[in-house]
Amino acid sequence: MASPQPRIGVVTYPGSQDDRDALWALSANDAQAVPVWHEDGELPDLDAVVVPGGFSYGDYLRCGAIARFSPVTAAIVEFANGGGLVLGICNGFQILCEAGLLPGALLRNASLRFVCRDVELVVERDDTPFTARCVAGQRLVIPIKHGDGRYVPPADLDPSQVVFRYLEDCNGSVDDIAGVCNEAGNVVGLMPHPEHAVDPLLGSADGALIFASLVDASRPRAESAVG
Amino acid sequence: MRATVLVRPKQGILDPQGEAVASALGHLGFSVSMARVGKVIDLEVDAADEAAARMEVERMCDQLLANALIESYDVEIHA
Repeated sequence: MASPQPRIGVVTYPGSQDDRDALWALSANDAQAVPVWHEDGELPDLDAVVVPGGFSYGDYLRCGAIARFSPVTAAIVEFANGGGLVLGICNGFQILCEAGLLPGALLRNASLRFVCRDVELVVERDDTPFTARCVAGQRLVIPIKHGDGRYVPPADLDPSQVVFRYLEDCNGSVDDIAGVCNEAGNVVGLMPHPEHAVDPLLGSADGALIFASLVDASRPRAESAVG
Repeated sequence: MRATVLVRPKQGILDPQGEAVASALGHLGFSVSMARVGKVIDLEVDAADEAAARMEVERMCDQLLANALIESYDVEIHA
Protein backbone atom coordinates (compact mmCIF):
# COMPACT_ATOMS: atom_id res chain seq x y z
CA MET A 1 0.00 0.00 0.00
CA ALA A 2 1.26 3.49 -0.81
CA SER A 3 2.09 5.52 2.26
CA PRO A 4 -0.73 7.88 3.17
CA GLN A 5 -0.57 11.48 2.02
CA PRO A 6 0.04 13.78 4.98
CA ARG A 7 -2.67 16.36 5.64
CA ILE A 8 -1.14 19.83 5.54
CA GLY A 9 -3.26 22.88 6.29
CA VAL A 10 -2.96 26.31 4.68
CA VAL A 11 -4.46 29.21 6.61
CA THR A 12 -6.50 31.94 4.93
CA TYR A 13 -6.70 35.26 6.79
CA PRO A 14 -8.55 38.29 5.45
CA GLY A 15 -5.92 39.64 3.06
CA SER A 16 -4.00 36.40 2.49
CA GLN A 17 -2.92 36.18 -1.14
CA ASP A 18 -0.75 33.15 -1.59
CA ASP A 19 -2.94 30.60 0.16
CA ARG A 20 -4.10 29.04 -3.10
CA ASP A 21 -0.60 28.81 -4.51
CA ALA A 22 0.53 27.15 -1.28
CA LEU A 23 -2.36 24.66 -1.47
CA TRP A 24 -1.42 23.92 -5.08
CA ALA A 25 2.28 23.54 -4.25
CA LEU A 26 1.46 21.06 -1.48
CA SER A 27 -0.87 19.04 -3.73
CA ALA A 28 1.83 18.96 -6.41
CA ASN A 29 4.22 17.52 -3.81
CA ASP A 30 2.02 14.63 -2.73
CA ALA A 31 0.29 16.20 0.26
CA GLN A 32 -3.41 16.40 0.95
CA ALA A 33 -3.75 20.19 1.11
CA VAL A 34 -6.41 21.35 3.55
CA PRO A 35 -7.76 24.94 3.54
CA VAL A 36 -8.06 26.41 7.06
CA TRP A 37 -10.15 29.51 7.82
CA HIS A 38 -8.94 32.32 10.10
CA GLU A 39 -12.05 32.10 12.31
CA ASP A 40 -11.38 28.45 13.14
CA GLY A 41 -10.41 28.31 16.81
CA GLU A 42 -9.46 24.66 16.42
CA LEU A 43 -7.38 23.10 13.68
CA PRO A 44 -8.72 20.07 11.86
CA ASP A 45 -6.64 16.89 12.09
CA LEU A 46 -3.38 18.02 10.43
CA ASP A 47 0.20 16.80 10.14
CA ALA A 48 1.60 20.29 9.41
CA VAL A 49 0.48 23.87 8.84
CA VAL A 50 1.57 26.50 6.30
CA VAL A 51 0.94 30.17 7.07
CA PRO A 52 1.00 31.85 3.64
CA GLY A 53 1.91 35.27 2.30
CA GLY A 54 -0.28 38.28 1.72
CA PHE A 55 -1.36 41.30 3.72
CA SER A 56 -3.39 39.89 6.59
CA TYR A 57 -5.76 42.47 8.09
CA GLY A 58 -4.23 45.09 5.77
CA ASP A 59 -0.93 44.84 7.65
CA TYR A 60 -2.29 47.59 9.91
CA LEU A 61 -0.08 48.75 12.80
CA ARG A 62 2.73 46.29 11.96
CA CYS A 63 2.80 43.38 9.52
CA GLY A 64 1.29 40.38 11.28
CA ALA A 65 0.40 42.30 14.45
CA ILE A 66 -3.37 41.93 14.08
CA ALA A 67 -3.35 38.40 12.62
CA ARG A 68 -1.66 37.30 15.81
CA PHE A 69 -5.00 37.72 17.61
CA SER A 70 -6.99 35.68 15.11
CA PRO A 71 -8.63 32.54 16.58
CA VAL A 72 -6.68 30.31 14.18
CA THR A 73 -3.36 31.84 15.27
CA ALA A 74 -3.98 30.73 18.86
CA ALA A 75 -4.62 27.23 17.51
CA ILE A 76 -1.39 27.35 15.47
CA VAL A 77 0.61 28.45 18.52
CA GLU A 78 -0.79 25.50 20.47
CA PHE A 79 -0.05 23.14 17.54
CA ALA A 80 3.54 24.42 17.31
CA ASN A 81 4.10 24.26 21.06
CA GLY A 82 3.02 20.60 20.88
CA GLY A 83 5.78 19.95 18.33
CA GLY A 84 3.66 20.39 15.19
CA LEU A 85 5.44 21.46 12.00
CA VAL A 86 4.67 25.05 10.97
CA LEU A 87 6.02 26.88 7.92
CA GLY A 88 5.51 30.65 7.62
CA ILE A 89 6.06 32.32 4.25
CA CYS A 90 6.45 36.11 3.88
CA ASN A 91 3.44 37.55 5.74
CA GLY A 92 3.21 34.15 7.44
CA PHE A 93 6.79 34.64 8.67
CA GLN A 94 5.83 38.09 9.97
CA ILE A 95 2.79 36.63 11.77
CA LEU A 96 4.85 33.85 13.40
CA CYS A 97 7.38 36.47 14.62
CA GLU A 98 4.61 38.65 16.05
CA ALA A 99 3.04 35.58 17.68
CA GLY A 100 6.34 34.80 19.40
CA LEU A 101 6.83 31.45 17.64
CA LEU A 102 9.91 32.76 15.83
CA PRO A 103 12.58 35.22 17.02
CA GLY A 104 12.99 38.67 15.51
CA ALA A 105 10.93 41.17 13.55
CA LEU A 106 10.52 42.27 9.93
CA LEU A 107 10.70 45.95 9.10
CA ARG A 108 10.38 48.17 6.03
CA ASN A 109 12.96 47.34 3.34
CA ALA A 110 16.04 49.54 3.69
CA SER A 111 15.43 50.78 0.13
CA LEU A 112 11.84 51.77 1.10
CA ARG A 113 10.86 50.03 -2.14
CA PHE A 114 8.71 46.97 -2.70
CA VAL A 115 11.00 44.31 -4.18
CA CYS A 116 9.61 41.66 -6.55
CA ARG A 117 12.13 39.41 -8.29
CA ASP A 118 13.97 36.11 -8.16
CA VAL A 119 16.81 35.97 -5.63
CA GLU A 120 19.39 33.38 -4.75
CA LEU A 121 19.33 31.87 -1.27
CA VAL A 122 21.91 29.77 0.50
CA VAL A 123 20.62 26.88 2.59
CA GLU A 124 22.37 27.11 5.98
CA ARG A 125 20.62 24.16 7.61
CA ASP A 126 19.77 20.91 5.87
CA ASP A 127 18.72 19.13 9.06
CA THR A 128 15.31 20.76 9.54
CA PRO A 129 11.99 19.17 8.54
CA PHE A 130 11.74 21.91 5.91
CA THR A 131 15.14 21.56 4.24
CA ALA A 132 16.07 17.88 4.49
CA ARG A 133 15.96 17.52 0.70
CA CYS A 134 18.57 20.29 0.38
CA VAL A 135 22.28 20.20 1.10
CA ALA A 136 23.90 22.80 3.36
CA GLY A 137 25.49 25.43 1.14
CA GLN A 138 23.11 24.69 -1.72
CA ARG A 139 21.83 27.71 -3.63
CA LEU A 140 18.12 28.02 -4.38
CA VAL A 141 16.47 30.43 -6.80
CA ILE A 142 13.20 31.59 -5.21
CA PRO A 143 11.29 34.86 -5.74
CA ILE A 144 10.79 37.54 -3.11
CA LYS A 145 7.94 40.08 -3.24
CA HIS A 146 7.72 42.26 -0.16
CA GLY A 147 7.98 45.79 1.15
CA ASP A 148 8.66 44.77 4.74
CA GLY A 149 11.30 42.08 4.64
CA ARG A 150 14.21 43.57 6.56
CA TYR A 151 14.89 40.98 9.23
CA VAL A 152 16.07 42.23 12.61
CA PRO A 153 17.10 39.41 14.96
CA PRO A 154 17.03 39.61 18.75
CA ALA A 155 20.48 40.31 20.22
CA ASP A 156 20.71 36.76 21.54
CA LEU A 157 19.77 34.90 18.34
CA ASP A 158 21.64 31.60 18.16
CA PRO A 159 23.34 31.67 14.71
CA SER A 160 22.35 28.03 14.24
CA GLN A 161 18.73 29.21 13.97
CA VAL A 162 19.47 30.81 10.61
CA VAL A 163 18.06 28.43 7.98
CA PHE A 164 18.36 30.57 4.81
CA ARG A 165 20.50 33.54 3.84
CA TYR A 166 20.29 35.82 0.80
CA LEU A 167 23.30 35.66 -1.45
CA GLU A 168 23.01 39.44 -1.92
CA ASP A 169 21.61 42.28 0.15
CA CYS A 170 18.08 42.70 -1.22
CA ASN A 171 16.21 44.36 1.65
CA GLY A 172 18.71 45.35 4.35
CA SER A 173 18.20 42.24 6.51
CA VAL A 174 20.79 41.88 9.27
CA ASP A 175 23.46 39.38 8.13
CA ASP A 176 21.36 38.76 4.97
CA ILE A 177 19.06 36.50 6.98
CA ALA A 178 16.17 35.26 4.81
CA GLY A 179 14.70 32.56 7.08
CA VAL A 180 15.00 31.29 10.65
CA CYS A 181 13.73 28.45 12.82
CA ASN A 182 12.68 28.29 16.45
CA GLU A 183 14.95 26.61 19.01
CA ALA A 184 13.17 23.27 18.69
CA GLY A 185 13.40 23.38 14.88
CA ASN A 186 9.71 22.56 14.21
CA VAL A 187 8.80 26.11 13.13
CA VAL A 188 10.47 27.84 10.17
CA GLY A 189 9.72 31.19 8.57
CA LEU A 190 11.19 32.76 5.43
CA MET A 191 10.47 35.86 3.35
CA PRO A 192 11.01 34.28 -0.12
CA HIS A 193 8.09 32.41 -1.70
CA PRO A 194 8.85 28.73 -2.36
CA GLU A 195 5.21 28.23 -3.46
CA HIS A 196 5.93 30.43 -6.48
CA ALA A 197 8.87 28.24 -7.50
CA VAL A 198 7.59 24.68 -7.69
CA ASP A 199 7.69 24.09 -11.43
CA PRO A 200 10.25 24.90 -14.14
CA LEU A 201 7.46 26.78 -15.96
CA LEU A 202 7.49 29.27 -13.08
CA GLY A 203 11.18 29.98 -13.65
CA SER A 204 12.43 27.72 -10.88
CA ALA A 205 11.41 24.49 -9.18
CA ASP A 206 13.74 24.97 -6.20
CA GLY A 207 10.85 25.83 -3.87
CA ALA A 208 9.55 22.30 -4.35
CA LEU A 209 12.53 21.07 -2.29
CA ILE A 210 11.08 22.86 0.72
CA PHE A 211 7.55 21.49 0.23
CA ALA A 212 8.84 18.00 -0.52
CA SER A 213 10.95 18.13 2.65
CA LEU A 214 7.90 19.17 4.66
CA VAL A 215 5.81 16.39 3.10
CA ASP A 216 8.56 13.83 3.89
CA ALA A 217 8.68 14.99 7.50
CA SER A 218 4.89 14.99 7.84
CA ARG A 219 4.43 11.49 6.42
CA PRO A 220 5.50 9.52 9.53
CA ARG A 221 2.90 11.42 11.56
CA ALA A 222 0.26 10.55 8.98
CA GLU A 223 1.39 6.90 9.03
CA SER A 224 1.29 6.65 12.81
CA ALA A 225 -2.23 8.11 12.71
CA VAL A 226 -3.29 5.35 10.31
CA GLY A 227 -1.65 2.82 12.64
CA MET B 1 -9.74 59.94 29.46
CA ARG B 2 -7.60 60.78 26.45
CA ALA B 3 -4.21 59.17 26.05
CA THR B 4 -1.50 59.52 23.43
CA VAL B 5 1.04 56.81 22.68
CA LEU B 6 4.27 57.74 20.91
CA VAL B 7 5.98 54.75 19.30
CA ARG B 8 9.56 55.20 18.14
CA PRO B 9 12.05 52.96 16.35
CA LYS B 10 14.52 51.90 19.02
CA GLN B 11 17.98 53.37 19.05
CA GLY B 12 20.26 51.28 16.81
CA ILE B 13 17.38 50.12 14.59
CA LEU B 14 17.90 51.41 11.05
CA ASP B 15 15.10 53.83 10.14
CA PRO B 16 15.20 54.34 6.36
CA GLN B 17 12.04 56.48 6.51
CA GLY B 18 13.79 58.86 8.90
CA GLU B 19 16.83 58.96 6.64
CA ALA B 20 14.65 59.77 3.62
CA VAL B 21 12.92 62.54 5.58
CA ALA B 22 16.24 64.01 6.74
CA SER B 23 17.54 63.95 3.19
CA ALA B 24 14.35 65.61 1.83
CA LEU B 25 14.59 68.33 4.46
CA GLY B 26 18.20 68.87 3.40
CA HIS B 27 17.02 69.33 -0.20
CA LEU B 28 14.63 72.03 1.03
CA GLY B 29 17.57 73.87 2.54
CA PHE B 30 17.00 72.89 6.17
CA SER B 31 19.98 71.87 8.23
CA VAL B 32 18.91 68.55 9.73
CA SER B 33 21.46 65.99 10.84
CA MET B 34 18.97 63.36 11.99
CA ALA B 35 15.30 62.42 11.64
CA ARG B 36 13.50 59.37 13.02
CA VAL B 37 9.92 58.51 12.08
CA GLY B 38 7.54 56.86 14.54
CA LYS B 39 3.80 56.66 15.13
CA VAL B 40 1.23 58.52 17.20
CA ILE B 41 -1.77 56.60 18.55
CA ASP B 42 -4.54 58.63 20.21
CA LEU B 43 -6.86 56.71 22.51
CA GLU B 44 -10.00 57.38 24.48
CA VAL B 45 -9.71 55.15 27.56
CA ASP B 46 -12.24 54.33 30.26
CA ALA B 47 -10.33 54.58 33.54
CA ALA B 48 -10.98 55.80 37.06
CA ASP B 49 -7.97 58.10 37.24
CA GLU B 50 -4.74 59.05 35.50
CA ALA B 51 -2.66 56.32 37.14
CA ALA B 52 -5.14 53.62 36.18
CA ALA B 53 -5.29 54.95 32.61
CA ARG B 54 -1.50 54.93 32.36
CA MET B 55 -1.27 51.34 33.58
CA GLU B 56 -3.96 50.26 31.15
CA VAL B 57 -2.31 51.98 28.18
CA GLU B 58 1.11 50.57 29.09
CA ARG B 59 -0.44 47.09 29.01
CA MET B 60 -1.85 47.89 25.56
CA CYS B 61 1.62 48.92 24.41
CA ASP B 62 3.23 45.76 25.73
CA GLN B 63 0.60 43.50 24.18
CA LEU B 64 -0.05 45.18 20.83
CA LEU B 65 0.81 48.80 20.16
CA ALA B 66 4.61 48.45 20.22
CA ASN B 67 6.97 45.58 19.43
CA ALA B 68 9.55 45.72 22.23
CA LEU B 69 12.28 44.24 20.04
CA ILE B 70 12.28 47.16 17.62
CA GLU B 71 10.22 49.95 19.18
CA SER B 72 10.10 52.03 22.36
CA TYR B 73 7.04 53.92 23.54
CA ASP B 74 5.98 56.85 25.68
CA VAL B 75 2.50 57.31 27.14
CA GLU B 76 0.92 60.70 27.73
CA ILE B 77 -2.34 60.96 29.68
CA HIS B 78 -4.40 64.10 29.11
CA ALA B 79 -6.39 64.69 32.29
